[in-house]
This record gives sequence, structure tokens and C-alpha cells, in this order.
Amino acid sequence: MKTVSMIPRSVKLPLSDDVVETLHAGDELLLTGVMYVGRDAAHKRMIETLEAGEMLPVDLKGQTIYFMGPTPARPGKIIGSAGPTSSYRMDFYSPRLMAEGLKGMIGKGMRSREVKEAMNRYKAVYLGAIGGAGALISRCIQKVEVVAYDDLGAEALRRIVVQDFPVTVVNDIYGGDIYEQGRAQFRIAAPHPAAVQ
Amino acid sequence: MREIDSKMVTETISTLLQDGCYHLSDDVIAALRQAYEREESPAARNVLAKLLENAEAATRDEIPLCQDTGMAVVFLELGQDVHMIGGDLYEAVHEGTRRAYARGYLRKSVVDKPFSARTNTRDNTPAVIHTTIVPGEKLKITALSKGFGSENMSRLAMLTPAGGRQGVIDFVVKCVDEAGANPCPPIIVGVGIGGTAEKCMLLAKQSLLRQVGEPHADSEVAELESEILKRVNDLGIGAMGYGGRITALAVHVEVFPTHIAALPVAVNLQCHSVRHREATL
Ligand code: SF4
Repeated sequence: MKTVSMIPRSVKLPLSDDVVETLHAGDELLLTGVMYVGRDAAHKRMIETLEAGEMLPVDLKGQTIYFMGPTPARPGKIIGSAGPTSSYRMDFYSPRLMAEGLKGMIGKGMRSREVKEAMNRYKAVYLGAIGGAGALISRCIQKVEVVAYDDLGAEALRRIVVQDFPVTVVNDIYGGDIYEQGRAQFRIAAPHPAAVQ
Repeated sequence: MREIDSKMVTETISTLLQDGCYHLSDDVIAALRQAYEREESPAARNVLAKLLENAEAATRDEIPLCQDTGMAVVFLELGQDVHMIGGDLYEAVHEGTRRAYARGYLRKSVVDKPFSARTNTRDNTPAVIHTTIVPGEKLKITALSKGFGSENMSRLAMLTPAGGRQGVIDFVVKCVDEAGANPCPPIIVGVGIGGTAEKCMLLAKQSLLRQVGEPHADSEVAELESEILKRVNDLGIGAMGYGGRITALAVHVEVFPTHIAALPVAVNLQCHSVRHREATL
């Protein structure tokens, strides 16, 4: 089943402003390089660290965070199923991390207005991975290591190396939003109930 | 009277839950294929193709379909002439859940003290159990791993009877519209109509246990299902919310009598990672 008309573009991580500027909502990308993995608990910890006036355990400049909590790895494997989690739960934390230099976020589902404004201000992008495709995405992950917050177990902050990880640009720095654009393109307006009578 | 050993219940539930998390069932694969054929949006087609590849990868690589292996929801239909032996039936269900999530390398996603400490129970227990007593001497078990990206988009409305059929349709469509990309479309829309508030939501959940797209036996309800499906797919949300013709693979409605003063409607969404299995002991 491979009749995809769009040809995904290969992008190396970490991201520079120059690359971020070329990304537009709807672009399909294949990401290769290093990214961090964290979800609710790791985000909460990072913000607490910053609020205490301390340094983050990793330098986020140019980095990408993947919102994901994997299934346990089987013996002999480095990771289990590894698809995205809903991003809105990270909305509260993301702007602060973008201020620290975060350039990319990967998840699924809609972001808040505040996050979109911060993406525009700090030149960062939000990328969508395919929710429920954790088995397929797992194949793109070549290396996994815990870098901080060990005690959080499955939710610890991890660094992973990926090869050709397929994502779609959801929000770009120009206000583009594939959820809104896609819906507008395919929406068929319902007849107004009053008009039907 | 017939005796059933609760150890059988434990083993059965462990097998059913693991099977569901690793193998997408034939009805869902067929529905995804059909969606792929009908979809016009290249971005959505790409997603649907990848979901089909994912199902193959899960089976081949022995990796769960999705990393959110959910909370276990177990439906027991217990024949009234069954005598359970070998221990507490519900404990057997929890033990089956525990075993499935440990042996199957599934993610333990259940937390205790939900509004405060939120401590992980570390074995994905407890399961949510719904029991009905039925005639006969069999025990039918249905086990569902329910992901929360879609569960979080559930809604209940206590409409007024004046709202009628149109009110039901509008409410369901609004729920799907607001959920947008969050529940991992393409979805199955579970709808309960009638009963009390809690009964209504249970109906919506139970509707998700049907084979995908199997219409309700009552033609009036089946017509409602297809009308809602059309309206939902006209929203244009598409697979993963990237825009497209197929937002839902199916709409399933279950109904129950209600009070003269009420028209309860519940919506419980199921993502494409449909994971339920049943067995009869
Ligand atoms: S909504 Fe379903 S497919 Fe999406 S991440 Fe959750 S369990 Fe997986």
C-alpha cells in the first residue's frame, strides 16, 4: 500500500532556525538524529527545576521533545511500542521550554493558542506523529538512554536516536495549522436546520 | 448447575488482553482498507496506509499496536446456573489483567489516588468490571484495553425530550467536531441513548464491542447510525486530523428506555486501535 503522492523531506536533528523557517504546515518529514522523550511527569520536573532557578539536566537549544511513553522493551529489544501521546497535556509547560531554546515538539492532537503564539515568538514547530502507530515508529528508533529523572520510570527523560521517523508539520512559525487547513479543505457544510424545513 | 474454576477466568483474560494489544482484528483491518480506498486526501491516505503497516509490524515484531495499552475493561455475562469455584471471581479478573500486562510487556498506565498522589499501581490493576447475570450455565468474558486519548473525549448530555432525534445527532456531531485530532481518528463513535446518566454511558461503551460497522438490528436505530456517520464524515477532520473524508469508520448506537422527563445521550469514542476480544467458558 504505497501510493503516497507527497514525497517526504529528510530533516536532520537538532533543528536550526534556518531549517525551521522552511517548514510549513502539512509538510511530511522524515527525521533523523537525536531527540528527547518526555511526557507529563518529566515536563513537570523540568519546569520545577527552572522555577527553582536551577539548570535543566540537558541543554534544550535546538532540540526536539517527543511526547511519548513507551511500552516496556522485550528482552533483546531497546524499546517497545513508541507512538505519540496527546500533546495538549504539555501545553502548560511548552512555552517555558521554548524560551529555553526548544525548537521542535512531536505529539498528536491540538495545541492551545498560547503554545501556538510561543511557537511563533520563539521560532519552534509542532510536528504530528501518527497516534496508534507505535509498532511502526518503534522500528525508527536506534538508541535509547535515560538522561534524567530516573525515578520516574517509564516517564523518565530519555534521549533517543531516530532514523527516518515520519512526521507531519502541524503548526509552523507562520500561524499555519494543518488541523484547521485540512478540515477547511474537506468540510462539507451541513444544511442549516432552519433551511431544511 | 455447572462449576467454573476462576483460574480459567484469569488465564482467559490474560490471553484476551494480550491478543487484543498485538493483533488488530479482521473487521478493523477491513474497515481501514475500505477507508484507504475511499479517502481522497493524500495526507489522510498516507496515515491509513501507515496504520495498516503498523498492524503488520505489531504482529511481526511482537510489539503492541499502540504504546497506550489502556485500562482494562472487562464485561462478564455470568449464567445464573454457574457456580464459581477456586476463589474470588473479581480477584481472578484482576489477576488476569496483572498477568497480561506483565507477560505481554504492556504499559502499566493505571494510577491510584486520581486527584492527588496519582501513584502508579504498577500492574495496571484494577480492571473496570461490569457484570450481568444471564440465564444459562456459561460465562462470557469480553476484555477491552481502552486507550485514553479517545476515552478523554467522552461526553454526556441530558437533553430535553423536545430535543428529539435532531438534538441527538447535533450533540454527537459536536462532540466529534470538538475532539478533532485528539482521539486518533479514524474513530468509532459509540453512542448511548436513554436510561439514566450512568446507564447511558455504559450503553455507549457497550456499542463499541460490536464488529466495526455492523448496523443495529433495529432499522430505526441503524438509520440513525448511518445519518450520524455521514454528518461526522462531513466534518472533514480525516485520519489523524490532517483533513479528509473519513473521520469515523462507524457509528454504533445502543438504546434503552428512559424517563418521561429525559433524553440522555452519551458519547464514548474509540480510536482506530480497537482492542477487544471475547471468549465463553
Ligand atoms: S487514542 Fe488510541 S491510538 Fe491514539 S494513542 Fe491513545 S490508545 Fe493509541
